Amino acid sequence: MTDLAQRAQFRVKLFNRICFGVLIAFALLWLVPLLWALDTALKPNAETTRTTWAIDDPTVDAFGRVLRDTDILTWFGSSLFISTLSAAGTVLVASLAAYALSRMRFRYRTAVFWAVLAGIMIPGQVLIVPWFREFDALGLLNTWWAVSLPQIPTAIAVFIFKQFFDGLPRELEEVARLDGAGYLRIYRRIIMPLARPAVAAVAIFTFVTSWNDLLWPLLVLSNPDIMTIPVGLATVQGAFGIRYADTMASAILGAIPLIAVFLLFQRQIVEGIAGSGLKG
Amino acid sequence: MTTETVVRPRPATADGAPPEQRHGTGLPALGFLAPFLVLYLAFIIGPALYGLVMSFFDTSLVKPGLSGFAGFGNYTEALQSSGFWSSLWHTVWFTVLTTPPLIVLAFVFAVLADRARRGRWFFRLAFFAPYILPSAVVALIWIFIYTPGLGLIETGLGQLGITSPNWLGDPSWAMPSLAFTTIWWTLGFNFVLYLAGLQEIPRDLYEAAAMDGASPWQQIRKITIPMLGRTTTLVAVLQVIASLKVFDQMYIMTSGGPNFATRSILEYVYDEGFTNFRVGYAAAVSMLFFLVVLLVSAVWFSLVRRQEKEV
Repeated sequence: MTDLAQRAQFRVKLFNRICFGVLIAFALLWLVPLLWALDTALKPNAETTRTTWAIDDPTVDAFGRVLRDTDILTWFGSSLFISTLSAAGTVLVASLAAYALSRMRFRYRTAVFWAVLAGIMIPGQVLIVPWFREFDALGLLNTWWAVSLPQIPTAIAVFIFKQFFDGLPRELEEVARLDGAGYLRIYRRIIMPLARPAVAAVAIFTFVTSWNDLLWPLLVLSNPDIMTIPVGLATVQGAFGIRYADTMASAILGAIPLIAVFLLFQRQIVEGIAGSGLKG
Repeated sequence: MTTETVVRPRPATADGAPPEQRHGTGLPALGFLAPFLVLYLAFIIGPALYGLVMSFFDTSLVKPGLSGFAGFGNYTEALQSSGFWSSLWHTVWFTVLTTPPLIVLAFVFAVLADRARRGRWFFRLAFFAPYILPSAVVALIWIFIYTPGLGLIETGLGQLGITSPNWLGDPSWAMPSLAFTTIWWTLGFNFVLYLAGLQEIPRDLYEAAAMDGASPWQQIRKITIPMLGRTTTLVAVLQVIASLKVFDQMYIMTSGGPNFATRSILEYVYDEGFTNFRVGYAAAVSMLFFLVVLLVSAVWFSLVRRQEKEV
């Protein structure tokens, strides 16, 4: 009997070991493309046609050339401005709307709620044609506004905030209201400070989505002076030709800001995905 | 989405306003809702309706106004056009190639990572980091990896004695290559969803099963897979919708080629609307695409409702 139990335990241990080994192997495999890009970027261009990991003459010149010869720093500024505006705008308008839907009673509330719900169903990609005409008519093509404004009214952000607000206890607000505080004061002083996790999730997600967006910015930003990083990289991708070290350096420079965001906010990003996805 | 929290019955008073409302008029609510609703009407609902109207006209990008009324002309043209059907087929083919591996691999990696006592941060980093990269960065790296003559995959397979096709240049290999890149790029999102789902399974279920002599494999089959049913439905639907919306990879890596073999439906909209200036027609194709997405969402809703009834 004990012999049997021991054997079972041994099998479980062996199983766990094998699982761990397989997982490590796949995780390393997953890192290969990124490491390969880095490895290539550190080679002189002449060495890149030899497919080896070893570098005879490592150099960071490729990064210098990309920074000097392309507008990548301008694109970086453009992406930063657009993504920040989208994230801040989304957090502000979505949290205000969610506060009304969560705490206030008014006529047509259910109707408003369903109208917002419908928005989740509409993917932005099917709106590019009317958007283009709209921003053309507004004279806003080739501006940061054209990219940012359509990203701000995000229905899903209203739901994330509303769900969070619904879960907050109401006692604090009631005390504040007895003290004569209005809705705006309660929203600013009580609700929003408590809602930090929701703010972080919505802000980070809007920022990353906005930073990575390609289709719509590609349509409205044709002027290299205000292109975002994805649009800029997509536009110049052929320009390096066989200077593979330069191409990989541009890819890595384009990736660095988001790798930084990821390393800083890893926990919030992961919890945000898990929370918004599964609580539904 | 949980909606039951919202649709509470409202105790009505004489003037129709619920008793909790102290400011009486609903004006404060309007003030809080206005910024969102104005932008929402201007940039989501308005354009959606405008697009719907435009789809019934011969609207041109280079002429002001809607131009002539076309009735269902744009729709019948799309449904009879080989360009529409082939790009829809490419989109479906891409979805078929990406969805099963993205579900199964994400599930397997998450189950394995959940059993690991150490190094979770490393697995999260390895699998999730690619997901937050811009498509352009991913595309640049993978174009290089697929380069004929010196690409990493060709060289690696060559050392094993396997001859590679021209991954992105061969019409029958271009789409699987794009799918492979996409699996590498987006797996992390599903991986994180599954990891979260696994946290919700009570540990004592496994302990009880182990006491009864269930092997790890039996535990996974009899406990983990059924308990993750809802997560799998969610992952599957989000994945199908995300795959149907594919554009970036094709646009940058193959420009829809070779010989239109990888042109997706969104790239077809892009070509018709912004290269051929036929925005009325492009709007009609967008609406047809929207219908497909709605259909997938409808299937999801019915699946979720059935699962909720079972619980």
